Amino acid sequence: MLMNLFKFKGGVKPPTNKTQSLTLPIAQAPLPSRLIVPLHQSIGGTPRPVVQAGDKVLKGQLIGKADGWISAAVHAPTSGTVLEVAMHVQPHPSGLDALCVVIEPDGKDEWIIHGPLDYAAMTPEAVREHLQQSGVVGLGGAVFPTHGKLTASKTVPMDELVINGAECEPFITCDDLLMRERAEEVVRGIGIFRDLLQPKKVLIGIEDNKPEAAAAMRAAVDALNEPFLVVQVPTLYPAGGAKQLIRVLTGKEVPAAKRSTDLGVQCFNVATAYTAWRAIAYGEPVVSRLVTLSGNVHAPRNYEVLIGTPMGELLKLAAPHPDTDGIVMGGPMMGFLVPNEQVPVVKATNCLIAHSDRVFPPKAPEMPCIRCGACAEACPHELQPFELYWFSRAKNFGKTQEYHIFDCIECGCCSFVCPSRIPLVQYFRFAKSEIWAREREKNAADGAKTRFEFKQLRDEREKAEKAEKLVKVAAAQAAKKAAEAAAAAAAESGAEAVETVAAPITAVDAEKEAKKATIAAAMARAKAQRDAAPARNTAAVTIEQQHAIDDIEARRAVLEPAPQTSAAPPAEKAE
Amino acid sequence: MDILLAIAIMALGAVVLGAALGFASVKFKVEGDPLVEKIEGILPQTQCGQCGFPGCKPYAEAIAKGEVDINLCPPGGMEGVQKLADLLGREVKELEAEEKPKQVAIIDENICIGCTLCIQACPVDAIVGAAKQMHTIIAPLCTGCELCLPPCPVECISMEAIGENLDNWKWKYPVVEIKAAVLQKAA
Repeated sequence: MLMNLFKFKGGVKPPTNKTQSLTLPIAQAPLPSRLIVPLHQSIGGTPRPVVQAGDKVLKGQLIGKADGWISAAVHAPTSGTVLEVAMHVQPHPSGLDALCVVIEPDGKDEWIIHGPLDYAAMTPEAVREHLQQSGVVGLGGAVFPTHGKLTASKTVPMDELVINGAECEPFITCDDLLMRERAEEVVRGIGIFRDLLQPKKVLIGIEDNKPEAAAAMRAAVDALNEPFLVVQVPTLYPAGGAKQLIRVLTGKEVPAAKRSTDLGVQCFNVATAYTAWRAIAYGEPVVSRLVTLSGNVHAPRNYEVLIGTPMGELLKLAAPHPDTDGIVMGGPMMGFLVPNEQVPVVKATNCLIAHSDRVFPPKAPEMPCIRCGACAEACPHELQPFELYWFSRAKNFGKTQEYHIFDCIECGCCSFVCPSRIPLVQYFRFAKSEIWAREREKNAADGAKTRFEFKQLRDEREKAEKAEKLVKVAAAQAAKKAAEAAAAAAAESGAEAVETVAAPITAVDAEKEAKKATIAAAMARAKAQRDAAPARNTAAVTIEQQHAIDDIEARRAVLEPAPQTSAAPPAEKAE
Repeated sequence: MDILLAIAIMALGAVVLGAALGFASVKFKVEGDPLVEKIEGILPQTQCGQCGFPGCKPYAEAIAKGEVDINLCPPGGMEGVQKLADLLGREVKELEAEEKPKQVAIIDENICIGCTLCIQACPVDAIVGAAKQMHTIIAPLCTGCELCLPPCPVECISMEAIGENLDNWKWKYPVVEIKAAVLQKAA
């Protein structure tokens, strides 16, 4: 292969330990007793559960609906009954719980109705949508929803599509065996990515310690007559890091706070390409993945494992030695000890290593930093881990950011070479999560402040509006009264009015006068109404009643000397 | 004559520099007190009033004037006191009240009568609802200030501590673990 390869700075060569698990072909793991399928298995929004306890599900049936664009659906890995949708411990260093769908397999492994899609007729949008609905995520370990990376940038032309088959971490061989045994489907999957992104070149990077995989991929590329380049890259950890592989294959260095797409490069894992092809060509969602079982075991091997299989149960297939005291998920460089044996295999689980002090001898105690600079030489991102270490240790987070802590990919090279055995990566993780937490708190505080200030503003505005309204009402009433007073004065005396106007009277007097006038007018109106209304209950009165009425009227006439006209009509009527 | 010339030069210098300073003081006048803003940036903005001031800003103003202690903000915790002490060059003091874990208010929607009193009390608009309709708390916006508890006539609001979950989990400081192991052995 005549291709100019580039180099990234640093890197280490840990013992690869890959041969143990390469002797046997991929095997199918048997159905476990139960499956614990976490809903949140990808970066982005947590899928919402669409099943509940007691539901019967079929293999491939949707159980978690994608929430938002950056999120991927989750499916039932086999047919059976949903036991519960509850919180279970996650394969995460925290050992905390998250929502999982627990399924009891019925043993039939019965698929939901599915079939190949008419790929040629599908629009790019439909393909992306289908990949999201099939739960296709980056299986290299970052589990970023693949469809989110398959939209070509409008501003930057897509130069290279890099397919990552480097698999640089020790012990892990699942991508190696996938390429050996299923190269054709991987290449077809790469074809889908090529169609969506339209890159100028497609480069498949494989470390040169996997000649069989590279040969199989070359044969598949030739058989399918694709213009893809299979490139063997030097074995050097972490050549499988996306930025490192891009650097080696294209010479492009992805700057801090930029993505490879800004430089016209996009990177996918080989297993992602495989699942994308299965999703399109067979309509199969991601319900299983290849997992390497290795470490302190009798029979290391790669298995095709259903998502949700409890790790302890799975590891039994490889017959762990009796002194096994834990399970490491991932490789020895970046992996972590899982909280317990019940945690399930997820889409990010590429390898389980049985842990024992024999395989991983305990580290001698941490010593002070001797400022040798070995970590800086090993860092593949050209950072200065010793500086980052001091500032992280001193909790001087501003300084760690000045030294670009967020460019650190936590590959573990610095800890690997440190002669003082300082757990450098742990310090960096601590600093990073602390900075993120502060950022969250700051944002929350800023939001609270803005809302508080807006509420104050609103309260003040409402108060002002109320006061204004009151003033307006008072003014309107005053104006009305003044007008009435003027009218009353004018009505009282036509000729005198001239004099009153001429006479200098105070506003208070005028108001008083107006009030008096209105009261008088109202009383007069009321009286007139009373007088005008005829008594309605006097139509059919007997003679005795009439006499009684007459007596009362007579008494009233005595008390009220005013003229009585109302007594007359009933009397007239009675007559 | 030399003395007069010297005085004249000095006077001229004084006038020129004075004019420059006067111009600068008008041109580069800082609106508001930058110290208050810095203090406010440290305060947690819960607007809870536990410090005795109606909101974080009045407390920040009072601190800037030097009228009050810097240890009156329980939601800010000892870390907040430490930061204020660093900023103002004052001594670190123990927090007046006890430090509480971060919490969030929860409305029991079966009991809520829809009186809107809590909505009016919430300083950060984290409660939604309408008269005679059920109210609820927008949990991500709640600062846990507890100001909605006293006005509720049916006591349907309770405070719940925010536990550790996968979204807010943090990697621990590596040394802390080693210390803990030593303590266990000692015990």
